[in-house]
Amino acid sequence: MENKMIHSVTAIFNTPDEIIHASKETVKAGYKKFDTNTPYPVHGIEKAMGIGSSYLGFFTLFLGLSGAAFALAFIYWVAAIDYPLIIGGKPFFSWPAFVPVTFEVTVLSAAVGTVLTMITLFFKFPNNSHALHDTTYMKKVSSDKYGLCIVSIDKNFEESKVKAFLSSIGGKDVETIYYPEKKAINPFDPKFIMLLVFVALVVSGGTYFMLNKLLFMEPFTWMAIQDRLDPQSNSVMFADGYGMRLPVEGTVARGHLPYEFKGMNDSAVKVIPNPLIFSKEVVAKGKEKYNTFCSPCHGYYGKGDSRMNGQFPNPPTLHSDKVRNWQDANVYHVIFNGQNAMPSYAKQLSTEEGWSIVHYIRVLQRSQNALDIDVEGK
Amino acid sequence: MVYEKKELPAKVQKIGFLLTGIGLVLVLVSYVLDPAREAFNNIIGLMFFGSIAIGALVLVALEYLSGAVWSTPFRRVSEFIASSLPLMLLFAIPLFFMMHTLFHWTHTEVVEADPILSGKTPYLNIPFFIGRTIFVVALFYVFYLVFVKNSMKQDKTKDQKLTKTNVKLSAVFMFFAGIGITVLAVDWMMSLEPHWFSTIFGIYFISATLLAGLAATTFTAVSLNEGGYLVKGLTTDHYYSFGALLFAITNFWAYIAFSQFLLIWYANIPEETFWFIARWEGGWGFVSVLLMIARFAIPYAALLSQSSKCDPKNLQRVSIFILFAHFIDLYWLVMPTFSKTIVFGFYEMGFPVLSIGILILVFYAQARKKNLAPIGDPKLQRGIDFHL
Repeated sequence: MENKMIHSVTAIFNTPDEIIHASKETVKAGYKKFDTNTPYPVHGIEKAMGIGSSYLGFFTLFLGLSGAAFALAFIYWVAAIDYPLIIGGKPFFSWPAFVPVTFEVTVLSAAVGTVLTMITLFFKFPNNSHALHDTTYMKKVSSDKYGLCIVSIDKNFEESKVKAFLSSIGGKDVETIYYPEKKAINPFDPKFIMLLVFVALVVSGGTYFMLNKLLFMEPFTWMAIQDRLDPQSNSVMFADGYGMRLPVEGTVARGHLPYEFKGMNDSAVKVIPNPLIFSKEVVAKGKEKYNTFCSPCHGYYGKGDSRMNGQFPNPPTLHSDKVRNWQDANVYHVIFNGQNAMPSYAKQLSTEEGWSIVHYIRVLQRSQNALDIDVEGK
Repeated sequence: MVYEKKELPAKVQKIGFLLTGIGLVLVLVSYVLDPAREAFNNIIGLMFFGSIAIGALVLVALEYLSGAVWSTPFRRVSEFIASSLPLMLLFAIPLFFMMHTLFHWTHTEVVEADPILSGKTPYLNIPFFIGRTIFVVALFYVFYLVFVKNSMKQDKTKDQKLTKTNVKLSAVFMFFAGIGITVLAVDWMMSLEPHWFSTIFGIYFISATLLAGLAATTFTAVSLNEGGYLVKGLTTDHYYSFGALLFAITNFWAYIAFSQFLLIWYANIPEETFWFIARWEGGWGFVSVLLMIARFAIPYAALLSQSSKCDPKNLQRVSIFILFAHFIDLYWLVMPTFSKTIVFGFYEMGFPVLSIGILILVFYAQARKKNLAPIGDPKLQRGIDFHL
C-alpha cells in the first residue's frame, strides 16, 4: 500500500449552490490545483473557481484563418493553374464562385480543429487511465451529485489538512484517490486478438458488400441510366435516325481555318513567309508532327528512305534541289493540298502545326547541306 | 419589486432639438436647391427612420415569441424607439407628391410602350402604392399600440395573462412583419428600377431592419445602463448577448447580401446584372467596397472576441457604426438610380441627422411619461438575474 501515489482528495456536495460556495472557499483557502465535477455545466462555476478565459479561441481563430487560406489557395491552384476550365465565360479565378467553398472549409477546419485541439492539448488525450476513472466518486458526480477534488500537485497539499478542510466546508464522503497501478500490456491478449479479427472481418466484408452488391442495387444504379445519346448509337429524335450530328455548315474548328488555296496550282499560291517565328519550341512541335505524319513515307531524315521505299511510287526525298528551293508557302501548300499520291493533311494538322513542320523540314535540309558557318570555329 | 424612476437629463432633449433643427434646415435648403436629388435622399431617410422603428418593434415581438428573459429589463427601450412608427408617414408624405420624379413606372406613356412595365401595372400604380405604405405602417402601429397597452396595464395589475396575450399577438405580428417589411423594401427601393427584380430583396431589407433596430436599442440600453437609469442594471452577460446578437445579424446580412450578388453574378443575365453594374461603375464601386468593409468586415472584427462583446464602450461604438453602415447601405441601394456617377454632399446629410434627432425627441418624450422598466412583467426578475 505504501507504494501507492496519492492523486487527489475528493468530496461530494449535494446542490449546485453548495458546489459554487465550496469552490469559492477553496480558492480563498489558497488551493490552486483543484477541479469540480458536475453532472451538467453549472452556471457561474468557472467564476467561482477563479478560472480565466480560455486560450482555445485563439486556436479557433488561427485554424479558421488557415482553413480559409488553404481553401482559397487550393482552389486557385486547381482552377487557375493545374486544370483551367472556362466556366460560364468567366475568368479562371472567379473569387465570388469560391466564397461558399472557402466559407465551408473555414467553418469545418475551425470547428473540427477546435475540438481536436481541446481534447489533445487541453484534455491531454489519449489519457485513458485517469485516476478518477472507475471510482465511486466519479459514479456519483456523473449521476446526481457535485464533486470537488483537490489534486496532490498543489503546493499546499497535505492529505490530512485537505481532508479536514473539505469536511469543514460541508463536503460529504471525503476520500483519498490513488493513482491506479500500471498494468502490463499483453499484445497477444485473446480479447485484443478477437478485436483485430472482428475489425478485419467487418472492414473487408463491408467493403466487399459495398463494391460488389450495394452499388448494383437500386437506387444506386440509377446513375447509370441517363437521358443522353452515346456516340455511334441511333436516335429516334432525328429524321435520319443518326445519333451523331454534323456541325452546322460553315463551322470552323479552333486553329483549323480552311486552306485558302485548296485545289489550286502551285503557281496560284501567294508566296508569304512562314508566320511562325523560328524557335526551339516551334521546331520541337514540328519534329513531333513530322515524325507522326510525314516520316512514314519521307523517312525520319526526309531522305525518302522509309519502309515505303521500293513500293510504287517511291516517296521522294526532301533534299532535292527542287524542294530546297521552294518557298515556305509552297511546302505548306503541298502539305495542305496534297500532291500526286500524297493526300492533303488539312484534317490532321492545324495551321500552326503545318507551319511548324515547314520549319522542321528546313532544319532537316540544312543538316544535310551544312554551310561553313554551321561548323564550329569557322 | 421596488423601482424608483430616475429622470433622463434635460441635455438629451436639447441634443434632440439641436439635431432635429439642423436636419430640418438641411432638408429644407436641399429641397429648395435640388428637389429631385433630395427626393431620393428622402427615400433613404424614410427607410432609415422606418427600419429603426420597425426593427425595434420586431425585437419586442421577438422577446415575447421566443420567451426570452434577458431582454425584459430593457424592453421599454425598444418600445420607446418603436413608438416613432407613425412618424414614418411624415417622411413619406413629401414623397407621395414627388412620385413622378422618383419612379419610372409612374410615366404612363413609357409604361404603355413597354410590355414588361405594363405587365406590372396591377401592382405598380400610384393609388395602390400609397395605400400599401399607409396600410403597412398603420398595421404595424396597431400592433405596437396593443403590445404596449397590454404591457402598461401589466405594470399596474401584474396580470400574467397579458404576457400570454402578447405572445399570441407576436406570432401573428411576425407573419405580417415579414410581408410588410418586404412590401416596403420592394415598393420604395426595388421599384426604383422597375425592370429589375430580386426575390431575396425582402429578406435583405429584413436583415438590415433587424440590425438597425438592434443597434439603436443596444446603444440606448447600454448608455442608459451605464448612467444607472435602468432597473437594477444589466450585467456583463446581458452585454455579451447584445454583442452576440449584433454579431449574428451582421453575419446574416452579409450572407444574404452575398447570396443576392452571387446568383446574379453567376447567372450573368443582362436583365439582372445591370443593377450591380450601375453600382460598380461611375465611382459607385467605391461605395460597394466601402459597404462590404463597413457593413461586414469592421463590425465582424470589432465583435469577434468575447471581451469585445462584454465591453460597454465597444458596444456603443459598434452600434453607432452599424447605424452609419446602415445608412451607407441605403445610400448604395437608392442613389445610383438618381445619378450614374457618384454624388455625395450636404444633400445626403439632412435626413439621417433629422431621423436621429426625431428618434431622440420621441424617446425622451416617452421616457418622461413612462417607466424605464416593465415593472409588472413576470419575467423581469428572471431577466435581471440572467446569466449565461
